[in-house]
Amino acid sequence: MQQIINFIIKNSYRLLFLLLLGISLTLTIKSHSYHRSEYVNSANSITGAVYKKVNEVNEYLSLKEKNKDLASENALLKELLFNKKDTLITSKTLFRNDLNNYKVMVGKVVKNSFNVRENYITINAGSDKGLKTDMGVINDKGIVGIVEKTSANYATIQSVLNIKSKINAKLKNSNHFGSLVWDGRNVGYAQLIDVPRLASLRKGDSIVTGGNSDIFPENIPIGKIDKIFIDRKTNYYTINIRLFNDMTSLGYVYVIENKKKKEKQQLEAITTAPKK
Amino acid sequence: MNNSVLNSIRFIVFLSLQVLIFNNINLFGYLNPYPYVLFILLYPVNSNKSVLLLGSFALGILLDMFCNSGGIHTTASLILAFIRPTLFKFSFGLSYEYQTVKIADKISPERITLLLLAIFIHHFILFYLEYFRIGLLFTILSRTLLSTLFTFTICLLIIYLIKPNKR
Repeated sequence: MQQIINFIIKNSYRLLFLLLLGISLTLTIKSHSYHRSEYVNSANSITGAVYKKVNEVNEYLSLKEKNKDLASENALLKELLFNKKDTLITSKTLFRNDLNNYKVMVGKVVKNSFNVRENYITINAGSDKGLKTDMGVINDKGIVGIVEKTSANYATIQSVLNIKSKINAKLKNSNHFGSLVWDGRNVGYAQLIDVPRLASLRKGDSIVTGGNSDIFPENIPIGKIDKIFIDRKTNYYTINIRLFNDMTSLGYVYVIENKKKKEKQQLEAITTAPKK
Repeated sequence: MNNSVLNSIRFIVFLSLQVLIFNNINLFGYLNPYPYVLFILLYPVNSNKSVLLLGSFALGILLDMFCNSGGIHTTASLILAFIRPTLFKFSFGLSYEYQTVKIADKISPERITLLLLAIFIHHFILFYLEYFRIGLLFTILSRTLLSTLFTFTICLLIIYLIKPNKR
C-alpha cells in the first residue's frame, strides 16, 4: 500500500497528464462518431450567451442586407397571396393538405462555421420552443441542415457543409432520387451521388429535397446542377451542385417539425419487422 | 504583478481573443491562426507544472465548446504543455531551468526555434485529430504548414505588443 501511494505521489504529474489526455482523446473520438459529445458543444448557456452578444453586433452591421432579403421574401409571399384563384379561400386551404403536417419555428443563427470539414451552426432557439434532434432547418433560399443537439435556449445544427451529412434529394423535373453529400472542399458546392444513369440531366437543372426524407418536406430548393460526372465503379452519376444558399452568410432560419414522422416510422418499422 | 493573477488574465484574454477575433479570420476561406498557444509557452518556467497542465486542459476544452470540435484543441494544447520542458531544453540548452527564460524578453534565434517548433507540433496534432484519417496526410501537412506560418506571424506581433518597454 505504502509503495502504491509513493508511486502515485512520485508520478503525480505524469498520471495527471495521462488522465487529462484520456479525457480529451475520448472526447475527440466520440466527436467523430455519428452523434456528438454530450457536453462539449456550443448549445450551452455560457457559449450560447457569448455568441448571442457577438451576433447582436454583427447583426447591426448587416441590417441593410437582411432588410433586402426580408423584403424579397415578403414579395414572394404576396405574389402567392394575390395569385389565389378565389380571395375568399383562406391561406390554409391554398396550400396542399399535406403541408399541414409541418410545423415551422423560427430561429436566428448566432454562430456559423464553414471552414472545417465537420461544420455546425448554433441558433438561438432550443427545446423550450419545441426543437428536437433531427428536425430540418431551412431559410428563404433553401436548405441549411439538420438539428443535432438542443439545450433549453439554443440548438446546434449539422450544416449541409458537413462530411457526415446525407440528405435525400431529387431532380425537380424528373423525380430521380439521389443523396446530397459534401466532399469538404468548396463552401458554395455540394454533391449529389447515386443518381441512376437513366436520369436525363442538364446543366442548370434544379435540385430539391426528395419525398423519401422524414426530415424535410418535399420540394425545398437546394441548388442548380453545375457539373456532371459518371462514377466508373458504380455507374451512377455524381453531380456537382451550386447551392442556392450562401452558407457563409445566414440570418434567420426556419426549423421544420414533421408532425407525422413518428407515425410513418412506426408503420415502416412494423412493415419491415420479421414476422413471427 | 503576482504570477497567478497575470496567468489568469492571460488565460481569459487569449480565450476571448481566439473566440471573438481569430476564429473569424478565415484567410483564403479556411486559414485561422491559433495564437492561444502563447498562453502555454509564456507560462513561467519555474512555476507549478501541474497547474499548467490543468490550465491548458481548461483552455482547450472551453475552445472546443466554442468551436464545436469535440476534443481536438484540448488534446493538442495538453500535449504541448506536457512536452514544453523538452522543447525548452532543445532550444535553450540544458541550463534553461537555472535562468529565468522569458520569451517576451528579446526575439533571438532560440526563441524563434521554440515558437516555430511548438506551433508546428500543436497544429499538426490539431489538424490530424480534426481530419482523423491518415490517408489525408498531405492535406493535413499543407494545412499545418500554412497555419503555422500564420500563427507564428500573429504570435510575433502579440509578443512585440505585450513586451515591457525597457529603456
